[in-house]
Amino acid sequence: MIKLFSLKQQKKDEVAVGGSHAGKSKPTAAQLRLTKDLNELQLPKTCKTEFPDPNNLLKFKLIINPDEGYYVGGEFTFSFTVGLSYPHEAPKVKCETRVYHPNIDLEGNVCLNILREDWKPVLTINSVIYGIQYLFLEPNPEDPLNKEAAEVLSTNKRQFSQNVVRSMRGGYVGSVYFERCLK
Amino acid sequence: MEVDDCDDGARWSGRWNHLQKILERNGPFVHPDFEPSPDILDFMLNSCKVLVVGAGGLGCELLKDLSLMGLRHIHVIDMDTIDLSNLNRQFLFRQCDIGKPKAEVAASFINKRVKGSKTFSHFCRIQDHDSSFYKQFHIVVCGLDSIVARRWINGMLISLLEYDEDGNLDPSSLIPLVDGGTEGFKGNARVILPGMNACMDCTLDLYPPQVNFPMCTIAHTPRQPEHCIEYVKIFQWEKEKPFGDIAIDGDDPDHIKWICKAASTRADEYGIQGVNYRLTQGVIKRIIPAVASTNAVIAAACANEVFKLATSCSIPLNNYMVFNDTNGVYTYTFEAERNEQCLACNNTPRNLSFKPDALLREVVDFLCQDNSLQMKSPGLTTTIEGLNKTLYMKNIPSLEAATRPNLSKSLKDLGIVDGQEVIVADVTTPNSLRFKIKFNDDVTSS
Ligand SMILES: [Zn+2]
Repeated sequence: MIKLFSLKQQKKDEVAVGGSHAGKSKPTAAQLRLTKDLNELQLPKTCKTEFPDPNNLLKFKLIINPDEGYYVGGEFTFSFTVGLSYPHEAPKVKCETRVYHPNIDLEGNVCLNILREDWKPVLTINSVIYGIQYLFLEPNPEDPLNKEAAEVLSTNKRQFSQNVVRSMRGGYVGSVYFERCLK
Repeated sequence: MEVDDCDDGARWSGRWNHLQKILERNGPFVHPDFEPSPDILDFMLNSCKVLVVGAGGLGCELLKDLSLMGLRHIHVIDMDTIDLSNLNRQFLFRQCDIGKPKAEVAASFINKRVKGSKTFSHFCRIQDHDSSFYKQFHIVVCGLDSIVARRWINGMLISLLEYDEDGNLDPSSLIPLVDGGTEGFKGNARVILPGMNACMDCTLDLYPPQVNFPMCTIAHTPRQPEHCIEYVKIFQWEKEKPFGDIAIDGDDPDHIKWICKAASTRADEYGIQGVNYRLTQGVIKRIIPAVASTNAVIAAACANEVFKLATSCSIPLNNYMVFNDTNGVYTYTFEAERNEQCLACNNTPRNLSFKPDALLREVVDFLCQDNSLQMKSPGLTTTIEGLNKTLYMKNIPSLEAATRPNLSKSLKDLGIVDGQEVIVADVTTPNSLRFKIKFNDDVTSS
């Protein structure tokens, strides 16, 4: 245990006028971690990332082109927003492509457990991307956000598959219009 | 006749008797380095500078405790203004203060009430001050409810540490951090000696992330009133835009009323009871009910630690105290351990010397070729004037293309200054490393 203040040098200097900018230029823990996450990103070949502002790693897009499953041939864009509390809190993810999917609603909200209730700081951006990719391979009717899509998937897989194809080509499924997203 | 300007409080004869008994005598439990002396009281009263971060529930208690204890050079920083709902426990504020900055009202209350106090207020965010501000304090005390703010202060105090050539810590650069936290009937107080014991980031798992309900529960199978409020917050607000295209303001009664009404309708559909205005505001603002007595206990524990640190009269808390009076009164102290992998404190930057006109490519080459580093494909980022900058990222094709031109630019042209910290990530290390670029006109690398 050190003795903290020797009484000889007890007075601290007053605020230096126009002091250093070391504070403002100090990396945050979130930046340290995100730099690591991104440098080690190992994307499946169906995924790529885009950074609208290369200097701002906290905001980027993920583009998925599934090469198997119901959504083969489609192209889906997700926006990622990483907060300053990362990795204490999960990144915020929204789907920017309107998609007919049981776990993604028409506003782009995504039901993925590791984005909410099961998020842990040991998880990485990579884990989230794999989680999203998995949603396209194995849409899950058990945890629906789009209830209609979930119901079709659990009762009539053929119909579901047809609905997905119709939505990706651009057109109506029921009363909902989907923009074309086939690549 | 005596002049009536005794701002040292000496007119109240015996004002400091109780402290003199502790500070001017030896005892069996004193700190090993403690030497009783009247100078210690003088230091406390006239020199010791303490920063209180937060002027809310804990902050009011801390300011009162510390200033009555004899600390007179207190600074308080808080970005909030006073709200009606604060008045039940934030006792430095009155009804007429509603809407005024907490830091300013708190400081002027203390200065008026406690003779000799010179409390300074800072109505701003902690991030608005740089290291030259934080450097001036002997001790920093936090009474915050935000993990992000705590981590920021923690990181700031760690960045102020200075080491000699052999890597030994210069003790005069160390500013102890005393942190208090409360949540309902539970609370904790801890002492962080940056660079020496567990820091905020070492023990991040002691602060569980906030509870997030599964998205599909909120959307389709709500069971609690909170689920209905979250539903309106996540789904309905954006869709219906009741007040135009703006974010929810938890302090705007119209916003809360609208959300409350929509959530009640939804709750009725599912036969759920309990949605009301208070709960709605609580969920939207993520309010955890504050209990005045918990704040008082935790602030007192923190003030006690400040006293021990400022005077060395006793060994400080080592290093984490838990308090819980939900059922009876329970308290427990343990030594939180340093995390060898801690990104904040176990990651002292290593110096790299380059000429200001060296190219970024030379830095990357050095990182790959240096025997002690031997990196494979380093990614480099930095922060310049508060803005992040991606220097080079090899592994992400779109970023690689965008940052490749930087390789042929000089460090100076990239905006890097002497002493600039650069973050380097590479597969060869479990965490990002920090490097300090030192400009040197003769040497290419060290
Ligand atoms: Zn640490």
